Amino acid sequence: MRVVHSDVLVIGGGLAGLRVAIAARERGFSARVLSLVPAKRSHSAAAQGGMQASLANVFKGQGDNEDVHFEDTVRGSDWGADQEVVRMFVNTAPKAVRQLAAWGVPWSRVRKGEREVVINGQKVKLMERPEAHGLIGQRDFGGTKKWRTCFVSDGTGHAMLYAMGDRAIAEQIPVSERVEALALIHDGSRCHGAVVRDLITGELCAHLAKATCIATGGAGRLYRVTTNAVINEGIGHALVMETGVARLGNMEAVQFHPTAIFPAGILVTEGCRGDGGLLLDGSGHRFMPDYEPEKKELASRDVVSRRMEEHIRAGKGAQSRFGEHLWLDITLLGRAHIEKNLREVKEICQYFLGIDPAQEWIAVRPAQHYTMGGVRTRHTGESPWLKGLFAAGEAACWDMHGFNRLGGNSVAETVVAGMIVGEYIADFCADPGNDATVPMNLVRECLEREQAKLDHLLKGGSEDANELRARMQQVMTARVGIFRTGSDLEQAVRELEELLVRSRNIGVRCRSPGANPELVTAYRTQKMIKLALTVACGALARTESRGAHFREDHPRRNDRDWLKRTLAVWKHDDDTLPALEYEALDVSRMELPPGWRGYGAKDYVDHPETPIRRAEIEAIRSRLAGADRFALQAALMPYEHLLPPRFHGRNERIEEKL
Amino acid sequence: MNAPRRALNISVLRFNPRDPDSTPRLQTYGLEEADGMTLFIALNEIREKQDPSLQFDFVCRAGICGSCAMLINGKPGLACRTLTKLLGPEITLAPLPGFELIADLSVNTGKWMRAMSERLRTWVHATERDLDLRRMEEPMDPDLAERIYELDRCIECGCCFAACGTARMRPDFVGAVGLNKIARFRLDPRDSRSDDEWYEIVGSDDGIFGCMSLLGCHDVCPKSLPLQIQIAFIRRRMAAMGLS
Ligand SMILES: Cc1cc2nc3c(=O)[nH]c(=O)nc-3n(C[C@H](O)[C@H](O)[C@H](O)COP(=O)(O)OP(=O)(O)OC[C@H]3O[C@@H](n4cnc5c(N)ncnc54)[C@H](O)[C@@H]3O)c2cc1C
Repeated sequence: MRVVHSDVLVIGGGLAGLRVAIAARERGFSARVLSLVPAKRSHSAAAQGGMQASLANVFKGQGDNEDVHFEDTVRGSDWGADQEVVRMFVNTAPKAVRQLAAWGVPWSRVRKGEREVVINGQKVKLMERPEAHGLIGQRDFGGTKKWRTCFVSDGTGHAMLYAMGDRAIAEQIPVSERVEALALIHDGSRCHGAVVRDLITGELCAHLAKATCIATGGAGRLYRVTTNAVINEGIGHALVMETGVARLGNMEAVQFHPTAIFPAGILVTEGCRGDGGLLLDGSGHRFMPDYEPEKKELASRDVVSRRMEEHIRAGKGAQSRFGEHLWLDITLLGRAHIEKNLREVKEICQYFLGIDPAQEWIAVRPAQHYTMGGVRTRHTGESPWLKGLFAAGEAACWDMHGFNRLGGNSVAETVVAGMIVGEYIADFCADPGNDATVPMNLVRECLEREQAKLDHLLKGGSEDANELRARMQQVMTARVGIFRTGSDLEQAVRELEELLVRSRNIGVRCRSPGANPELVTAYRTQKMIKLALTVACGALARTESRGAHFREDHPRRNDRDWLKRTLAVWKHDDDTLPALEYEALDVSRMELPPGWRGYGAKDYVDHPETPIRRAEIEAIRSRLAGADRFALQAALMPYEHLLPPRFHGRNERIEEKL
Repeated sequence: MNAPRRALNISVLRFNPRDPDSTPRLQTYGLEEADGMTLFIALNEIREKQDPSLQFDFVCRAGICGSCAMLINGKPGLACRTLTKLLGPEITLAPLPGFELIADLSVNTGKWMRAMSERLRTWVHATERDLDLRRMEEPMDPDLAERIYELDRCIECGCCFAACGTARMRPDFVGAVGLNKIARFRLDPRDSRSDDEWYEIVGSDDGIFGCMSLLGCHDVCPKSLPLQIQIAFIRRRMAAMGLS
């Protein structure tokens, strides 16, 4: 029995996982990172457009601050987010960007003087301030009042991940590459680590740790058409759900990005629209202003994606031999801008579509993009159900994004969560009360159980994993997508349940016990179908529309009945459905009570507490009339005590000196 | 419009060093070309329909992560963004040379890159460690930031090393990928290292003086990094250091 010990076991080597490990290491704890692939090849590298942080350096960012970022994020989430967590996040994001700058990220910088930009289809001249020269620049993104997205051309995620990866190497953090966590080791109340498979040799070993952190990213591959990497299969989510105790939150909240190239599904960044690109229909008409006069192309992603699909349904799409799509036009931005600020986009268009986006329109259609749901945790990142289990990044649901995340808020979240959760993990490790002796018979049992599952697959059943997986992806894309209905979802659940039963009889043809891609597909498919069921069941149960979850048969947001988070867990191995529970959001403590988002549908059912809380807030505001924004905020919803002390403090800006 | 679809023959150099029964051999798979088919799509189709044991690596499948570098008709390149229609009907694929072979088309570039990073210490060596995160960031010249990014775009795919003449003769050579990192950190004002220190790191035949200027690296870099200019520049600086 091979056993590896560390203080902190981080499952996932993307931005979130690496940042957690660095935080633990800086506090003197040993941390080990596990990753399916070399850490720098994690999907964080694919983030293009940028990272939101309210630095307010550029002209169009002036007046931005934590308060504006907070409101944008909560509205974007359609009030599904945990507002305290959003506050923690917006206050830490500027610190995260600045720390990354010191670690070497070559953020694009502001150049003083006049420059020409494209806003709402028009060329406009802006004057950048001399005092901003050389500071980190921001671009426009959807659903934001100010230009807030810091960027490195359109290779932001790459630059961030490389700086982070190099920092982890500098800290001598061991990264086990090409390994996969298959199960968590736990006794029902305390997590002790994970059973891990070496993807080269096929060997299993046990990784034991005081704290275990899930940072395994998104689950886009549940869908047929997705912008996600092929390794984003949601295995981390599944491990947690399969403990039978720890819960996932809001798995039905799935984001579809408006501009994936058609039909390959590869993303072109929201920066295209942020920088002035337009969406056009089959006849070349710019249609978004017809639907969304306020924010047009730059409403939140859920809204734009729905409007696009609505327009295609109305028969206004462009035809191609692969089916219908729409156009993204960035030609008006000019070649120089594209070759400097949208160079990945240019390469993608060149290699995958064979076009030059400075001259031709890009064929696009919405595709699955982001998993808002994830491992439900407290604000510290710890699971309330399994001590010693933490989560951070896209795999987590501490719940910053609610039912729709804003572009640029995810890479920001990965780093911010890495910082905050990393500190809390270090605190956890420092507390002798959390020492635990790991019962070795438990470890042995876990290892044997996982080995038996693999042996069973190698013995060979009659079902083909590829076929089941393809069917699952098809069901998810066709019935659990942008537009959902009760009858579609019922059928999806039924069909997925059948696939689940069949998946217990998967067999593999290739019997090699070592590296065996077919075996990998087999065991992952079993887990993925469970996760797909969790998404579909959550969506079926939620008879309202909120953010990215849109029910045609229940088109209104219903705060009265549904201002709550879905929790899901897989109680027993032989169950065929997840168990769902709900956790209410507390309106009486919200800094920003539910209302209209400023774009999208205007009617919703109020929560009975909402008018009461609104009146309270009005009273506080008039009582504190004349007080500064910090005093007002603290009176509305104190949150600083939730942050680790080293991240306390205001953020300096040109207009707000410390 | 509907031209008959081409029949492709994809020959893969197969070998699994961990399997005692495996010997290196070329195995040919026939398949029908589809619209917009990339090698990513083709290899996955082969694995799903013909040979589940075939090994290769893809992650982002968008030319961004650098996982899928291999020899495509003898030349290093990213398989995910190579359209089959740009190749003849007979395609030969082999693993990237210069790296530990895992099996078939899968090589351990990650392990090599980590060792290279540790050796060259490829991170910003800052003078000040405890930054006050509440304060505004240090300004940087916008052009300089762009120049650093230009070199920072390396995706560590290994193509340059696979195309390198020196690497064939000197297994410890740091390759263009390593030399480009040196150029990148040397350019970065946040990194406090002096040319003396750079010389310590790369002033040898396993470093800058090993390069024979064949520049295979420059021609194959999928991100079109200016490797030729950077290597020449570092060599001049380091040669000057060696003389002084
Ligand atoms: C194409 C694209 C563009 C994007 N652009 C932006 C953008 O511009 N701005 C923005 O804010 N967000 C963007 N996002 C979202 C953002 O990039 C991701 O949400 C974020 O990077 C996720 O980071 P992470 O660290 O949580 O996970 P990842 O970076 O996905 O890392 C997951 C890690 O977990 C490992 N792993 C997974 N399962 C296991 C297992 N079972 N065992 C061991 N290891 C495992 C993987 O190997 C990997 O190292 C984009 C996303 C996509 C798909």
